[in-house]
Amino acid sequence: MRKFDTKVQHLKYKVLREVAREAWKGTLMQNMLDIPKAIVPGTEPTMRCCVYKERAILGERVKIAMGGDKSNPNVIEVIEIACDECPMGGYNVTEACRGCLAHRCEDVCRKGAITFDHHQKAHIDKTKCVECGQCATVCPYSAIMNFKRPCISACKVKAISMTDDTKAACIDNDKCISCGACVYQCPFGAITDKSFILDAIEMLKNKDNKVFAVVAPSISSQFTYAKLGQVIAGIKALGFHTVVEAALGADMVAYAESGELAEKGFLTSSCCPAFVSYIQKQFPQLADNISHNLSPAATISKYIKEHEPDAKVIFIGPCTAKKMEFQKEEVRPYIDCVLTFEELQALFDSRDLEIMDMHEDILDNASYFGRIFARCGGLADAVAEGLKERGITDFELKACSCDGIEECRIALLKKSKNALDANFIEGMACVGGCIGGAGCLTHGAKNKSEVDKYGKEAFEKTITDAISQLGKVK
Amino acid sequence: MKVTVCIGSSCHLKGSRQVVEEFQYLIAENGLKDTVELGGTFCMGNCQKGVCVTVDDELYSVSPETAKSFFEEHILAKAK
Repeated sequence: MRKFDTKVQHLKYKVLREVAREAWKGTLMQNMLDIPKAIVPGTEPTMRCCVYKERAILGERVKIAMGGDKSNPNVIEVIEIACDECPMGGYNVTEACRGCLAHRCEDVCRKGAITFDHHQKAHIDKTKCVECGQCATVCPYSAIMNFKRPCISACKVKAISMTDDTKAACIDNDKCISCGACVYQCPFGAITDKSFILDAIEMLKNKDNKVFAVVAPSISSQFTYAKLGQVIAGIKALGFHTVVEAALGADMVAYAESGELAEKGFLTSSCCPAFVSYIQKQFPQLADNISHNLSPAATISKYIKEHEPDAKVIFIGPCTAKKMEFQKEEVRPYIDCVLTFEELQALFDSRDLEIMDMHEDILDNASYFGRIFARCGGLADAVAEGLKERGITDFELKACSCDGIEECRIALLKKSKNALDANFIEGMACVGGCIGGAGCLTHGAKNKSEVDKYGKEAFEKTITDAISQLGKVK
Repeated sequence: MKVTVCIGSSCHLKGSRQVVEEFQYLIAENGLKDTVELGGTFCMGNCQKGVCVTVDDELYSVSPETAKSFFEEHILAKAK
């Protein structure tokens, strides 16, 4: 049974689980300092130079599981002592260079940056090199390697640099969109997302609270060791009043957005908080075109709160950027807390809930179209359906679905120069869409088909049917 | 009078949409728009007995087939 993609996720999970376990018991304050030693007992290190460093880093992880540095507004945080200060010299010739005669590296280099020593081994003149990587591609021995920090490679918005004194990674909050790509990619787990798991436990512990779970449709590709119905039963066993699909909010958004699009003639989607943040930070001239609809999660949460003002709403999804979104002024009244699937797994295990042994509960509010929002292209399909169901025929949808922040950047750049033949930009910061989110337990090739399968299983086949009863009841 | 229909997952699968539509139609037909307030909620904690409906906080079990007779007996009779 494989719950996580990497050991970094597993370690983070163990900390969250132990913090949650103590929080349920109400003994966290007394026992929090003992958690690192409980996770790394004995004297033999398994991850770092010594157990003391391992425990020191775990201590930092405990802090982040408890909410992290309150003075830092970003939910993505660097654990400086966990950063391995990876080399970042760019393309370099390694020991594998055999000093061959062919010199393909030299021929392909347009900048004349390759020279040879008296052993015929290649060297790269860094004052000339532009890091194009051609030499690495042509070397028959794969002797030229790119020494680039995984966090910096992962961060497509170029928000990560190196701190001058400690050489640790450093995040520029003015550029960071909290997508979590670095969190998932750092092999040392040195960048991580702050947790609101304690807030969730506090809400659930208070029996006077009616706590709603709003779950993202990407849940269909997660917890694959159990059935989706069992995951829902598990969520209720944690003390949630009920579980509602965020996909129903997606149906509401698709319906409203298709109307707004036909009226305005051009829109960029507002579902992905990292994409919205990216436009605001990098393309402010296009910010007026961001759809005025709240995200699906916020839309359905707003509906819940309008009907039950005393309810508490916790969003559970794959997304670290949602942890920023729910703190926004326009969303804060509706969503009280955000958890990732990683944190949900930790919550299950902190209560020793074996969800594979539970009964199968039901989750069915949304239509096929609301559910496929979880993967790239789903939103554009849903907006096309929305236009059709609303009978809007005098507007031709030309959608540009962007898979990952790099594709988003290209589309927005073209649009800002009037060189994009599209009237709707669907932007997803994570590659693949939400199923590629940093808070997912697992990321796999089959996830997209799982979402489509889940979409097809929906009881309601059209957006109108899924949302019709919402408008009829107060 | 407050009539609340559960529109949560379980009741939804058992036909809450048809029950809501039927009630809405009957409320209009009987001119009860001012006296009956039709509300919705996502769970009443009685999923086995769906579609769950409360009439002034009293819980009932309704289905799309029984919606009309239920309306006449429990809503129309009390509202007039």
